[in-house]
Amino acid sequence: MEHKDLNLLNEALGHHNNLYGRFLLLEDSVDTSAAFVLHQILKRSFSSHPSSAVIFLALSNPFSHYDRILRKIGCNLAAQRDNNRFFFIDMLMLQCPDEGKPNHDRFAAVFEKIVRVINTLPQDNKKFVTVMIDDISFLEVAANGSLNDVLDFLHYCYTLTSEYGCAFVALDHKDIYLNEEKPAIILEMEHLADILVKAEPLATGLAKDVHGQLMVLHKQTQHQHGISPVKIHNFHFKIKENSIDCFYPGTKI
Amino acid sequence: MAATRTRVSSFSRNVSTVTSQNSGLKHGPNGTIFLSSGIPDLDKILGGGFSLGSLVMIMEDAEAPHHMLLLRNFMSQGLVHKQPLLYASASSRDPKGFLGTLPAPASSKEEKTRDHTHEKDLRIAWQYKKYFGDPQLNISSNNGAQQDYCNDFDLRKPLDRHYFSGMNVDCLSIQDSSNLSSLQDRCSEFLSQFSSRNEGNISSAGRVAIQSFCSPQCKYADMEWHMLSFIRSLKGMARSSNAVVVVTFPPSLLSPSCSKRFQHMADTLLSVRAIPDEDKEMAKLLTGYQDMVGLLNIHKVARLNTQVPVILEATTFSIKLQKRRYLVLECLNQAPVDGSTGSSYNTSSGCSGSTKAGTLDF
Repeated sequence: MEHKDLNLLNEALGHHNNLYGRFLLLEDSVDTSAAFVLHQILKRSFSSHPSSAVIFLALSNPFSHYDRILRKIGCNLAAQRDNNRFFFIDMLMLQCPDEGKPNHDRFAAVFEKIVRVINTLPQDNKKFVTVMIDDISFLEVAANGSLNDVLDFLHYCYTLTSEYGCAFVALDHKDIYLNEEKPAIILEMEHLADILVKAEPLATGLAKDVHGQLMVLHKQTQHQHGISPVKIHNFHFKIKENSIDCFYPGTKI
Repeated sequence: MAATRTRVSSFSRNVSTVTSQNSGLKHGPNGTIFLSSGIPDLDKILGGGFSLGSLVMIMEDAEAPHHMLLLRNFMSQGLVHKQPLLYASASSRDPKGFLGTLPAPASSKEEKTRDHTHEKDLRIAWQYKKYFGDPQLNISSNNGAQQDYCNDFDLRKPLDRHYFSGMNVDCLSIQDSSNLSSLQDRCSEFLSQFSSRNEGNISSAGRVAIQSFCSPQCKYADMEWHMLSFIRSLKGMARSSNAVVVVTFPPSLLSPSCSKRFQHMADTLLSVRAIPDEDKEMAKLLTGYQDMVGLLNIHKVARLNTQVPVILEATTFSIKLQKRRYLVLECLNQAPVDGSTGSSYNTSSGCSGSTKAGTLDF
């Protein structure tokens, strides 16, 4: 089991329990989707600890989509949901109306739901909770472009990493913000993130054998043993139905 | 062709049984179901067609109405299959009248002649076929089923009235509406007919075609967040229904970030481009430049229920009209340039010569 999971991506993300108490930001573009990293982390967090739990805020795809994908990777989401280890919060149709209830009430309700879920977990499970958002850009659309509400919500989610020691994983599309003067959301998220994962297409275009490249960046962190330096991992990947192949550029057999 | 037909495995046999139950639908991988785009070549390229529950977005070229070619064929194909259609137009006030311009399916006799000429064209290249182990051929080769699944449309012949005089066609103009709520209501009402998703037993599929969404004639064109949230909710509704939504939009009129957001929302993303009429440089570079109508780019292919991206052999195709009637897509072929092959051999030999010299020096 251990050997099978050992690929460059898992190595780059660090040890199994490494993500707890941290914020991982995923960035991708139209050409190269990074959703597969979410699937990998999802599987990883279930196998990391027997009592770990995942709270998944789905904005771009329904449960059936993730269920099918994860089943092929070797993780049964429906069973995990029945075991109260996987909490799927369907936000596909979440829409904040213009009038009436203000945006922040909607988001506050979602956040309260997350906290409630964490609080219902048994004591020793609380330490191993992962909160995932599958698309931040859809949050902005759901809020009708009200950036402050989205930022507030994301900051609240971020506080979970220190308050409960949760892992917080979020995906956003970098190319949306390229032409904006002050892309507050992506800048602030990049600032907060402990680990940054960027998926990019190859400079030479898409190929059958190489689907893109990943950059995993661990920011400088301070802990009891001193300061760990900035670590950068670069590698290429190929996505398969049941796994992903990661390899250093030019080492693909 | 015969060789590929013998190689077809149980997979395609399965397909044909399904299509016989319900023509116009076809099972794809990962529990998805395809319906035809109305252009046989596009179906082949996409690996079967548009998958049910997906949002297809077509980026328009501001200078040419090539997106209409795709949209017309998509709508016609649906009407031929008696699939309910919702058509919303932002550019005309008379969307019902637009139905009169839809192309009719080619009669079988004409189709035969077309196939014949097609094979003639391929004669030179047929030997190479065996070297491309592409799975797309398998889908095209189950001939019997395919004719039902996807028709060739004759762009010069209007569709028979009886196809769209029935009750299953809904048209509306969104030019005069000041906000998107009426369109949203119509879409959700339409899509709710197909919302029951019992696996394997689908009675019918719906098609939604929205033309020139966010064109400046619409009064909501300056409310980008409204348009974004409309498309997002449309995507959410489509995902839980047995329908395909095709939206064309002009990206040049939107802010770059808004256009990127649309592109991220799309499951399948296409773009069309006109080609200048007398571009001598291009004409020299590409074979068959005279016959090209425009270019089609495939940016993204829907990947429902899977994480594996679809990597195509080519992403740019030329749109051609065969006999001025049938829409065909072809890979771009570089024209042989006079004398260039000889010179390239020369340079390569020169290169090897220099390396030899290098080893001697060493």
